[in-house]
Amino acid sequence: MPKRKTKRKRLNIPQKKPEKLIDKNDVRIDGRKLNELRPVKIEVGVLGNADGSAYIEQGKNKILAAVYGPKEVHPRHLALPDRAVLRCRYHMAPFSVDERKSPAPSRREVELSKVIRESLEPSVFVEYYPRTSVDVFIEVLQADGGTRCAGITVASLALADAGIPMRDLVVACAAGKVEGRLVLDLIDLEDKAGEADVPLALMPNFDAITLLQMDGSLTIDEFEKVVNLALDGCKQICALQKETLKSKYVAVKEAMEE
Amino acid sequence: MPLFYEKRQLVTPGDLLAEDNYIAGDNTYEDNGKIYASRVGLIDYEVRKVYVVALKAFYVPFVGDTVIGKIVEVGTGGWMVDINAPYLAMLRASDVIDRPFKPRTSDLPSIFDVGDLIIAKIFAYDRTRDPLLTIREPGLGKIMRGQLVEITPTKIPRLIGRKGSMISTIKKETACQVTIGQNGLLLISGKTPEDERLAVMAIHKVEEESHTSGLTDRVTEMLRKEKEGVEHA
Repeated sequence: MPKRKTKRKRLNIPQKKPEKLIDKNDVRIDGRKLNELRPVKIEVGVLGNADGSAYIEQGKNKILAAVYGPKEVHPRHLALPDRAVLRCRYHMAPFSVDERKSPAPSRREVELSKVIRESLEPSVFVEYYPRTSVDVFIEVLQADGGTRCAGITVASLALADAGIPMRDLVVACAAGKVEGRLVLDLIDLEDKAGEADVPLALMPNFDAITLLQMDGSLTIDEFEKVVNLALDGCKQICALQKETLKSKYVAVKEAMEE
Repeated sequence: MPLFYEKRQLVTPGDLLAEDNYIAGDNTYEDNGKIYASRVGLIDYEVRKVYVVALKAFYVPFVGDTVIGKIVEVGTGGWMVDINAPYLAMLRASDVIDRPFKPRTSDLPSIFDVGDLIIAKIFAYDRTRDPLLTIREPGLGKIMRGQLVEITPTKIPRLIGRKGSMISTIKKETACQVTIGQNGLLLISGKTPEDERLAVMAIHKVEEESHTSGLTDRVTEMLRKEKEGVEHA
C-alpha cells in the first residue's frame, strides 16, 4: 500500500500514546524541560468590531477573546441594580480538535464558562456600572491542553483593551504530574496520560488566586510543589501580558520620536 | 511617600503607582494605603493626587456635557437616544415641544424619528437612572448636515488641547466647523468635501498619537502639506 501523508502526521501529533512522555534526560515529549512554558505569543486589539479583543498562541493553542460593554443588559430582567453582570462564553470551534466537535455548547464548555467568569470577576470593578453587562467571548480555534488557562489570560487582556476598569490583570497557568514527575504547562497528551493536572489563575500584584482546580491525585507535598510551579508560570506569562498591552502604544510613540 | 513611576509613563491595570499620603485620582484605586492603576494609560500626578490618563475607555455621562446621539426608539412621552455610553439616554417630549405636551395630539416621529442624529446636553444623571437629555439651548437639536467621526472618548481632552489650542488649529487650517460631543462623536461641516476630509484626517492623527509630545505642531505641518498637495494637483 502506498504511503499516505495524513494531516496528523504533518502536525506531528502522535496517534498513539508513546512509551515514555519524559526521557531519561528530563526532556519532555515536545522537547521542553520540566519547568518550561510553551512559547507564548499574544496580541491585543485584533478585532475591529468588538470593544476590546486579544489573541493568544500558547504552543499549539490558538485562542481569540472579544469583549463587549458595558452596555444595557438583554434580556432586561438579568440586570442587577447594584452592579454590572459579567457574562462569559467559552466555546471551542468545531475544527479546534482532532475529531470534529459539535458546535453546540457542551456540558464541559458551560462549566468552563462559569469557572472562567468566576476567575475574572474578582478583578473587574463590576460595582462601577450598575444595570449593565460586560460580555466576554472566548473562542478556541485550536486546542492542545490548558485552554481554560490560556482563555483566562487572553480574556483579561481583552477586558483591559476594552477599557474596563480592573483591579489587576488575571493570568492563568497549569502544572501537574506526569510519569511521577512534576511539570509545568501540560499539553493535551500529558494531561490525558498524566497523573494530575492543576490549573491555577492568579491576580499577580495581589498574589490572589482566583481559580484553583485539580484533576487526578497528588500528595499534599506534591500539591504544594505543583502550585508553586504554576505560580511561577503565571508570573512569566504576566510579564508578557503587560508588555503586550504596552507595545501597541509604545510602537506609535517610538515611530514619532524618530 | 514613594512614587513608583515618572510622569507620562505607560501603566497597565494592577500596577502599583504610589504608597502613603497620596490620593487616588481618575482610573486608579486605593487599596490598603496603596494606589494602583485600573486602566491602561499614562500616569500623571499633581501635588498629592495620582491619576492615569486612559488610552482607551468608554464614555460615562456627566451632567453638562454636550453629546451627539442617535434616536433608537420613539416612545409615548419621548425618545430613547444612544449616546455611546453604557446607558441609553432619555429625551422627554415636554423638553422639545413648547406648548404643553399632549400624547394624543403630538406626533413625535415627525419631530425626531428613529435614526435621526441630535446634539444634546446631559441634563441629569446619577447612575441609578438613565441619563436625561435636553436640547433647550442654542446650538442643540437635530443634525441636518455634516460628517460624523468617532474617536475614543478619553482622547477628547487631547483633541481640544490646552486652552483649545489643538481644535482651534484644526478649525483654522481646514476652515471647518467642528462640534465636539464629549461622548467621542464629532460633527464636522466644511465648505467643501476636501476640507472635511482634511479635518477627519487630522482628528484621526490626534487620536492615534495622543500620547506623544509636540503633536499640535505635527498636525499643523501635516495639514499645510496636504493643502499644498491639493492646490498643486
